[in-house]
Amino acid sequence: MPTPAIETRDLTIRFGGHVAVDAVSCAFHAGTLTAIVGPNGAGKTTYFNLISGQLPATSGTVHLDAADISHLSAAARARRGIGRAFQITNLFPNLSTLENVRLATQSRARSRAGAAHGLAGTLRELTSRWDRDTAVRSRALDYLAEVNLAEKRDVPVVALSHGDKRKLEVALMMALEPHVFMFDEPTAGMSVDEVPVVLDLIKRLKARGDATILLVEHKMDVVRSLADRIVVLHNGRLVADGAPAEVIASPIVQEAYLGIAPTKAVEAALHG
Amino acid sequence: MSGIADTLLSGDLPRSRILTALLGVIVGVLALAPLLFDGAQAINTAAKICVFIVLAASYDLLLGYTGIVSFAHTMFFGLGAYGVGLALYGWGATWTSVAAGLALAIVAGLALALVIGLVSLRVKAIFYAMITLAVASAFAILAGQLSDFTGGEDGRSFRVPELLRPATLLFRLPLLNIDITGRTAAYYLVAGSAAGLFLSALRVVNSPFGRVLQAIRENEFRAEAIGFDVVTYRTLGNCLAAVMAVFAGALYALWLRYVGPDTTLSFGIMLDILLMVVIGGMGTLYGAIIGATLFILAQSYLQKLMGAAAKSTQGIPVLPDLLHPDRWLLWLGVLFVLSVYFFPAGIVGTLRSRAVTQEQLPKT
Repeated sequence: MPTPAIETRDLTIRFGGHVAVDAVSCAFHAGTLTAIVGPNGAGKTTYFNLISGQLPATSGTVHLDAADISHLSAAARARRGIGRAFQITNLFPNLSTLENVRLATQSRARSRAGAAHGLAGTLRELTSRWDRDTAVRSRALDYLAEVNLAEKRDVPVVALSHGDKRKLEVALMMALEPHVFMFDEPTAGMSVDEVPVVLDLIKRLKARGDATILLVEHKMDVVRSLADRIVVLHNGRLVADGAPAEVIASPIVQEAYLGIAPTKAVEAALHG
Repeated sequence: MSGIADTLLSGDLPRSRILTALLGVIVGVLALAPLLFDGAQAINTAAKICVFIVLAASYDLLLGYTGIVSFAHTMFFGLGAYGVGLALYGWGATWTSVAAGLALAIVAGLALALVIGLVSLRVKAIFYAMITLAVASAFAILAGQLSDFTGGEDGRSFRVPELLRPATLLFRLPLLNIDITGRTAAYYLVAGSAAGLFLSALRVVNSPFGRVLQAIRENEFRAEAIGFDVVTYRTLGNCLAAVMAVFAGALYALWLRYVGPDTTLSFGIMLDILLMVVIGGMGTLYGAIIGATLFILAQSYLQKLMGAAAKSTQGIPVLPDLLHPDRWLLWLGVLFVLSVYFFPAGIVGTLRSRAVTQEQLPKT
């Protein structure tokens, strides 16, 4: 077995007496798409926050390519290649769509320079003109085009529709050029004709073969068509892990996902 | 021509015809002030405006661009003034003293800004404001108490290098018959440095670094999530603003040939800067020019204007009392309330957004 791209070992977070994520150990490999499912409040987004560093774990560790990154800030983890698209849209509201993505490509250019950035790089960052960095700008335009937002490059985020914001959210993550892509309900609240834009993007990403993709998604048809593997969280615990067909059929999932077991209700929920 | 302006202003043009005209008038008058005005008060006011444009711009770097509410900004202003002032007082009226005093003040300012930043920029905004308030008060008290060193509440008067002394006659302008004295040289040192500092600040806010600061102001959480170390950027922004305030203080000391708590460290000045930035428009460095100019003009001339108004309304009941020069603070207050009411985004912010709406009207 190759080294997992991302691995969590006994990852736990406690909020007061409530254990939101409870000793979750799980490994994710490059070139695979894992769907993380579970009822509302199961701890899926909290689990994501622990991996990408928005929340510090109470105990347990997160590993990126075998290196322990538990002590790193969210910014450092992003620079190391963990990309995150948020469930609740989380953008720079008064900046244009292009500016939003440009900030991500700027960050990417900086982290790519790495140590070479140095003092000279800092000085350049302070004294050069942002509007003259055409490389960063054109790369940002490419990523905007990938989510069909190129024509709206000058529109401030506050003036975008919900669907466009969701697409921009994804574009920001793509622009960071990460190895690990964490999608948190990327299509939630999108209109029917917008959903394929994001799904196609995820499919293209998967076809690339080297990306580690984690997807939190409620729509079961989406999960079925995309996922190589499904991980089920329930009350903060990992309760099932395996191939999609097998996991969906397992009684523990049917109970965890719906709180009740009747097979008909499950089928109705999955297809309806 | 427009290419030069674009380079000088780092591509951040005023973007409003009224604003361009206003700025043109202010900059033009400030540039020619020694030739236009005779009296000491006018030229003092002009120099004070130059200094406070730099100070307000540096504060806007914090408040408007980074979203940091700090009450310690006069501390850095004071550091610059005391650095240069005490160096000139103690080590003699030479340029070496000026340079050494300024260098020491910059180092001290950077160190303080760094410490305050690293210790407290992680905490919530309100706590940060409180911490800066405490540090600034401590600094002001220290400056007042160490009277052997700082001159205490009385401050220190000192001599400046010969080139800048009023008694130095440099040359006489042949056509206009105006004496160019050391005072004029001092004015142009202040005005020229202010212009250089302002344009540098304009470059910084329009640099990739400046865009990250604005991103942090917009959404700190997301800025962190796309890989920017928020604390590092904020601390660096804090340090830059501090150094700029140190420069402003140094210029002020050179101009006044005096340094004391009342001219640089008082909480009143802190509030003045805050008002200048808010009235001019936060997050637009041009706002610092408009805000500082309006504020200092009002401060310097409102009393005179009211004196004249009170005289001319004599005989009418109540009015002369209302317009009595002693009530000038009341009217200054009224002016501020009105300006915030009519220009909620500050004068520059409102003018710019109006210009944008007008541009878009014909298209739709």
